[in-house]
Amino acid sequence: MVIRQISVFLENKYGRLYDVSKTLGEEGINIMAVSVADGAEYSVLRLLASETDKARDILRNRGFTVKETPVIAVEIEDKPGSLAGVLEPLIDQEMNVDYIYCMFEKKNESAVVVIRVSDAEQALGALKTAGFRCLSADDLSIS
Amino acid sequence: MLNPEIESMDRMRLQELKLQKLRETVRRCEENVPFYRKRFKESGISWKDINSLPDIQRIPFTIKDDLRSGYPFGFFAVSLREIVRIHASSGTTGEPTIVGYTRNDIEQWSELMARSLSAAGVDDSDIVQVAYGYSMLTGGLGFHYGAERVGASVVPMSVGNTKRQVTMMVDLGTTVLCSTPSYAFFMGEVAKELGFGKKQFKLRVGVFGEEPWSETLRERIERLLGISAFDIYGLSEVMGPGIAAECELRDGLHLFEDSFLPEIVNPLTGEVCSYGEQGELVLTTLNKEGMPLVRYRTGDITTIVDEPCGCGRTHVRMGRIQGRTDDMLIIGGANVFPSQVESVLMDIEGVSPGSFQLVVEKEAGLDVLKVNVEVSERIFSDRMSALEDLQEFIKSEIESSLGIGVKVKLVEPSSLKQSDGRLTRVLDRREF
Repeated sequence: MVIRQISVFLENKYGRLYDVSKTLGEEGINIMAVSVADGAEYSVLRLLASETDKARDILRNRGFTVKETPVIAVEIEDKPGSLAGVLEPLIDQEMNVDYIYCMFEKKNESAVVVIRVSDAEQALGALKTAGFRCLSADDLSIS
Repeated sequence: MLNPEIESMDRMRLQELKLQKLRETVRRCEENVPFYRKRFKESGISWKDINSLPDIQRIPFTIKDDLRSGYPFGFFAVSLREIVRIHASSGTTGEPTIVGYTRNDIEQWSELMARSLSAAGVDDSDIVQVAYGYSMLTGGLGFHYGAERVGASVVPMSVGNTKRQVTMMVDLGTTVLCSTPSYAFFMGEVAKELGFGKKQFKLRVGVFGEEPWSETLRERIERLLGISAFDIYGLSEVMGPGIAAECELRDGLHLFEDSFLPEIVNPLTGEVCSYGEQGELVLTTLNKEGMPLVRYRTGDITTIVDEPCGCGRTHVRMGRIQGRTDDMLIIGGANVFPSQVESVLMDIEGVSPGSFQLVVEKEAGLDVLKVNVEVSERIFSDRMSALEDLQEFIKSEIESSLGIGVKVKLVEPSSLKQSDGRLTRVLDRREF
């Protein structure tokens, strides 16, 4: 149930984000979710791609610095307090959340929050025990 | 010691020998090389005026541009009939320099390379794999002839085709590896990927040169390949590898003074430095017939010491090459060499050697040194905080080594390369 996120190092240079998205588009890879952490001189692009291995290899061959990162995806209700609800079981176990971003899952038409913690397996356990639905790569149409 | 009579010669006798050979060299240049005849005449000096070793300081320097002006054969002191080999130096800019060798020159060069290899403990029981280029450059054939001279079995692999290099190393039981240090390291990494390590290798000695390297890289290569690594120095214009080499004590490289007269000069003023002072190495050939050179400025920054060495060799020792005069940066009054930064970076886990660039700029009238460090997959993290910590760590390590403030920037690998794929180590954007 751990999902492989692709992380890409990007210098803050004109057109770099465009280069990545264009490259993936040309290769027929769909970006299912994306988020960018921006710093003064560089950024980290994080994305879930329809074909993880292919996307990683293509970007690597184009000279990008790429890494796979384990993340988890949790279904979240569309109402006030639901994000806090998801974070609660993690807080209870004193787990630090490094970052989160959201995406939309088409099959069930539900909102999904993608979470990066240092121990993905532990977080999965905690969320499942608390009754949350954690999505697999399959659920998100990711291979 | 291959040639104890010469290598451990009493220094008084050695000085006499050098003076006699210096006079011969200056005479040969004066009589047979039009460039030198003209240059000496202009300076009002002749070989007859050379009566002591310090008299050499009355002769002007020869620089790389002089050699270029004589392209291709202008510096030959003999007719082409007597030249048996032609090499070229690797010019990074402009035309290459052509160097010619007589039969005696090749003999002498082989002897010096044999001395160098013997000093590293190589003998006739060894299998020597030469992974220097066998091309116009001097590395391949220089090592080849020297290794044959000591009676070793030579494997002339040349450079490249790294998987095959590793396979041969394992299959043939290579005991001695000769290459540039960075290529040796690369071969070690490739071997690891192929599943080979110290256990499969019979390697025991490496003789590495042709580029400046650090003690840190030496330790890394030694650990990776399970060998003792030795430094060797040379440059094509003057002969090739085998001008100076480390002995078993590995505390400086013995410079073969029966063949070369070394001086250390201040790169800016040309003034001669005393022993122990850092400066530019200047070499005069003492035996060469084909292309003798007088006071050639190598561009390499080092020191020379004349203290006796425990190995018994009496020839002076030069330190590791600290950098090139063309690379030396003066930043806010401090001398900075790219090699210093390289050695700091190599101590940081995951940073690959050589993957950095120095940029010097003026900001508000002050010199600012920026160090661009490539973010490889081994140091990349998806967490911004981890990248910021890394950046801060690299900055403080470099600052404590150089003693000046620097700015560190993490960059993509492609940022360090120019469109032709070359890496420019130093970009000096200051306007003087």
